[in-house]
Amino acid sequence: MSTRRSIGFRLPRYAAGIVLGLAILLGIALLAVGCGGSATPSTTAAPVTTAPAETTTTAAAETTTTAAPAGKTALVLASTTSTKDSGLFDVLIPAFNTAYPQYEVKVVAVGSGEALKQGETGDADVLLVHSPAAEETFMTNGFGSDRKAVMYNDFIIVGPAADPAGIKGMTVAADAFKKIADSKSLFFSRNDKSGTNTKELAIWKAAAVTPAGDWYQSTGQGMGETLTITDQKAGYTLTDRATWLAKKEALKGLVLLVEGDKALFNQYHVITCKNGKNIQGANDFMNWIVSADVQQNIIAKFGLDKFGQALFVPNADSAK
Amino acid sequence: MGVFWEAIKQAFSLLVHGDSYVYQVMWMSIRVAGTATIFGMVIGIPLGAWLGIKRVRGWGVAATILNVGLMLPPVVIGLFVFLLLSRQGPLGSLSLLYTPSAMVLAEFFIAAPVIAAITMGGVASVPKDVRMQAMGLGASRWQSVWLVLREARVTLISGIVAGFGAAISEVGAVMMVGGNLSIAGHNQSGTMTTATMALVRQGDYAGAMAFGMILILLAFVITFLLTRTQQGLRRRWLQS
Repeated sequence: MSTRRSIGFRLPRYAAGIVLGLAILLGIALLAVGCGGSATPSTTAAPVTTAPAETTTTAAAETTTTAAPAGKTALVLASTTSTKDSGLFDVLIPAFNTAYPQYEVKVVAVGSGEALKQGETGDADVLLVHSPAAEETFMTNGFGSDRKAVMYNDFIIVGPAADPAGIKGMTVAADAFKKIADSKSLFFSRNDKSGTNTKELAIWKAAAVTPAGDWYQSTGQGMGETLTITDQKAGYTLTDRATWLAKKEALKGLVLLVEGDKALFNQYHVITCKNGKNIQGANDFMNWIVSADVQQNIIAKFGLDKFGQALFVPNADSAK
Repeated sequence: MGVFWEAIKQAFSLLVHGDSYVYQVMWMSIRVAGTATIFGMVIGIPLGAWLGIKRVRGWGVAATILNVGLMLPPVVIGLFVFLLLSRQGPLGSLSLLYTPSAMVLAEFFIAAPVIAAITMGGVASVPKDVRMQAMGLGASRWQSVWLVLREARVTLISGIVAGFGAAISEVGAVMMVGGNLSIAGHNQSGTMTTATMALVRQGDYAGAMAFGMILILLAFVITFLLTRTQQGLRRRWLQS
């Protein structure tokens, strides 16, 4: 009997071994990371504004050894989910690659909040973001080298076709928000510190409403996901026009209700990061995207073929 | 590296000072994954035991389907549940999308195959004559099956824990059907994994790290209990 039983136990003993082994490996990995951290001199504890010089020199040496294809240096562009969802990068990045074949561009699409954070930590070299107040803080704190206007698009308010709050056709965004709040209609906020979220909060402020209650829900997610949730739950939300146009087909229950208010304009800036690893690449990207050629021939035309309207209006100095 | 330590430090203070959102989300994760695991056991253990004991016709097909269930990317399961529950979907009228129930459903499809497959392996490795002998000694069919399950209980525990682990660590599917919703800092359908992802997107690495540490801690506690239970069971077994 005992031999037979031991056969039955072979598997569990084995399984427990694997689990234990994995746990030990994890522990070792954590320890290794920890030791690495404490061994490094505490440059990080020093005021961040003095650190960049050091970081960039070591970083420049590192970039050459990055696993980019032979002869290419990595250039990390952090931008927002809404920009990516619009499809602009599918046109922009290949064009930049043609102009500057020496760079391997990596686009990281996150909320403006994380994009700025990545610029702060040096994970990103250049940013294309739309959150003016947060950008100014970023510049004041000394994380950015240069910041230039690139283009703008606009936000719109979308909601269920039945429009329970009755905001269709209103021309002042803040008034529309006030009506949504007064009627306690379901509203979905991204609540992710993104540019869109920042704009939304600014409009609530202009409407003199502190949104709170069961009708005001947070998704913590990107624009595309938030639009899906808004559609499924038959609520209202604030979205950038580009993501809306790109996703409209899949949002059967939503319609555009409010547009055109000046307060809904959404300005994009390009920022080069002091802590970045590819300073030269960041500068090249900035100068390229604000150049008259790119402004007029790429940005001004983007979206015309697919949506019958341009999604962005270029407004760098060269376009004025 | 500075960011790394800063995040860990802040995460600790979040945990110690009892940020209520963090605890709500933690509880939601455990509740949803626990419920999904219980449903997974209800379906997975009988199914696994049946496939492990009987070589019925079509066994190969059934076992293959089970293994496909193991290999299914969770995101695909999420998409499937999402389309099922979406307003335009067949079960849309139930309004289950973006509720804990929807997350339980998705995690069930992730946990059940794991539990069933490990049960099947454990039961199959119990020698056939254990059951034959028991039946020869007058045990009923059900009593003999119960005996085999008891013999394989150490493996069953591994299976249940593995199922729970798969459920609680899932993010893509849960994000899709749960939506990570909250009302004024009051959690509605966020779990530790989806909240971690959302917080990283916002650049709030400390908050994300707090959830990451709870998840790692949970993994250690469960693994520890599992190993202890298995060792205890084995020792008792060898003594008898």
